[in-house]
Amino acid sequence: MKSLEELKALRDQMKNKVGVREDDSNNTRVVVGMATCGIAAGARPVLAAFTNEIEKRNISNVTIAQTGCIGICQFEPVVEVYAPDGTKTTYVKMDAEKAVKVVCDHLVNGKVVTEYTIGANV
Amino acid sequence: MYRSHVLVCGGTGCTSSGSEKIIAALESEIQKNGLVEEVKVIRTGCFGLCALGPIMIVYPEGCFYSMVQPEDIPEIVSEHLLKGRIVKRLLYSETVIEDSDAVKSLDETDFYKKQLRVALRNCGVINPENIDEYIAYDGYQALGKCLTEYTPEQVIDIIKQSGLRGRGGGGFPTGVKWSLARANDADQKYVCCNADEGDPGAFMDRSVLEGDPHVVLEAMAIAGYAIGATQGYIYVRAEYPIAVKRLQIAIDQAREYGLLGKNIFGTDFCFDIDLRLGAGAFVCGEETALMTSIEGHRGEPRPRPPFPAQKGLFGKPTILNNVETYANIPQIILKGSDWFSGMGTEKSKGTKVFALGGKIKHTGLVEIPMGTTLREVIEEIGGGIPNGKKFKAAQTGGPSGGCIPASLIDTPMDYDNLIAIGSMMGSGGLIVMDEDTCMVDIAKFFLEFTVDESCGKCTPCRVGTKRLLELLNKITSGNGELADLDKMEELCYYIKANSLCGLGQTAPNPVLSTLRYFRDEYVAHVVDKKCPAGVCKDLLSYSIDADKCKGCTLCARNCPVGAIEGKVKELHTIDTTKCIKCGVCMEKCKFGAVVKK
Repeated sequence: MKSLEELKALRDQMKNKVGVREDDSNNTRVVVGMATCGIAAGARPVLAAFTNEIEKRNISNVTIAQTGCIGICQFEPVVEVYAPDGTKTTYVKMDAEKAVKVVCDHLVNGKVVTEYTIGANV
Repeated sequence: MYRSHVLVCGGTGCTSSGSEKIIAALESEIQKNGLVEEVKVIRTGCFGLCALGPIMIVYPEGCFYSMVQPEDIPEIVSEHLLKGRIVKRLLYSETVIEDSDAVKSLDETDFYKKQLRVALRNCGVINPENIDEYIAYDGYQALGKCLTEYTPEQVIDIIKQSGLRGRGGGGFPTGVKWSLARANDADQKYVCCNADEGDPGAFMDRSVLEGDPHVVLEAMAIAGYAIGATQGYIYVRAEYPIAVKRLQIAIDQAREYGLLGKNIFGTDFCFDIDLRLGAGAFVCGEETALMTSIEGHRGEPRPRPPFPAQKGLFGKPTILNNVETYANIPQIILKGSDWFSGMGTEKSKGTKVFALGGKIKHTGLVEIPMGTTLREVIEEIGGGIPNGKKFKAAQTGGPSGGCIPASLIDTPMDYDNLIAIGSMMGSGGLIVMDEDTCMVDIAKFFLEFTVDESCGKCTPCRVGTKRLLELLNKITSGNGELADLDKMEELCYYIKANSLCGLGQTAPNPVLSTLRYFRDEYVAHVVDKKCPAGVCKDLLSYSIDADKCKGCTLCARNCPVGAIEGKVKELHTIDTTKCIKCGVCMEKCKFGAVVKK
């Protein structure tokens, strides 16, 4: 470490790694259904794909969480994305590839991937 | 990236209640469930609520699990970490919201609500063995700012204006201390850290060292820059193995990053720090004794002047600050002196860490703004006295301090107020006592400690404290006379006035303050030959209430010396000549027939 700039760069890089311990009330929340039905339908790789993709793209202000069964087991794996203002988008029948696309389109560019939402799959 | 962080307290408190086993169980369960790449386990420093340990916080939810046992771990991992279902039965009861899956934030609980964490800001938040986490929370930014933006004089001015005073007990203004050392020209100067925390019941400094060791290193480097020193020493007691280990790791990591060593941040400033382990003598917390000990001699104080700022370690200008004092400094540099002086009272700025112990529900570590009243600390943060007992007094400042009686519970706690009522801030031990505590016995306890720890160099302390203890023993054994009380008081003032160092000068404080506020208890011991709290054994006798005794023989069977006689279904009696007053009979009796007087 030879300069203050170097230290600041390291701080910003590390900040993301401990971000999960910060107040997350202004974060976008990605909630993956991880009840027995979700896990059986393949929610684990979906969850992992979200985590990996968010790290790869160095996105902050996103919290990844799990939740139980919301009662639409036939649509599992279900992923709900809550914007900080409370609006919710429900994605259904997810897989790892779809998760990557949701991160890219929705979380990065703010465009809901309509074709994966529950509305398009009923 | 890890989607979830599990923080487990690795402070001394939780380690002794088994947090290492929790961590091992967590790691193996996480492995078993294939979550290794999703969930990270972090060993942190003290969260403060030691009474509820082992403690664990799961993020992003911020769930605070208390009193976790290794058997609970499979459930936490499979339910919470895998499926996202919070294990409600293990949550700290105050964070549970009825009929909801959400949890209340810790900041909203009684224990944390009134706290303000400055010195403890990273404790229980970061992994103390990972310098990157310290850096993530603005670590070493203050040092960088000092070296690149401020002159040493400006740094000292900021510290002066902040109003920071020494947290080790004396309360000397830190900025003034630094400027005195800066003013002295010398080829070599030293920065020392007093981590020789030795008061019974105090563990503030240990917790900072265990939870956030880098903050001390950073602050010492800033001090080195301010006074023109290139070498620092941390004097830490060997009884703090976790603190010593983490300090050494921190020093190694800081050196590796070039944050200690030569030409820090590419400037001309060079600074390095070494550890010196103390063998646990209380007197080595006194500044001159501490420096003598670092030099390799027997830890004994010497007269001042010359003060350490002129002639300290190895005869060179030296500053010595306490761990908690250092822990405030990087924040003052980053946030400014106005921010710091905005907290606290007129003459005592900032916050103070207290180690809350004794007869209190939430034993642990609390940091509060100066001027918070004792009532707020005990009743709100501390959760009150257990078992419905009444608050009697609080002891601050350990063996150097005094008692605050219940009548003064609304005193705002800062340096000057505590001195005015005959106690002192001390390093921050706060021992709460209820109605079952005998104040004469407490004074005796602290005096036994100082008699043990007196180094013996000066007569007033070596002989005076011994004589004082003898008088106390005379009183608690029922042989005291009223004249002894006056004699004790006279002796106290004599010891205070004539002792060489702080140890002797403050040793009589527990006696003086209990004499001042609880003289009636002393009189009861001397005149009535009774101990009102029922503690002093020589003044007690056990007997059996004839109306209540059912003759169940339970007491007689449990008496270790066979002092109780009686047949089944007949009245039992205690032979007071054989009785050793252990109290077992009273504990065992189901009918409350054993009476202690």
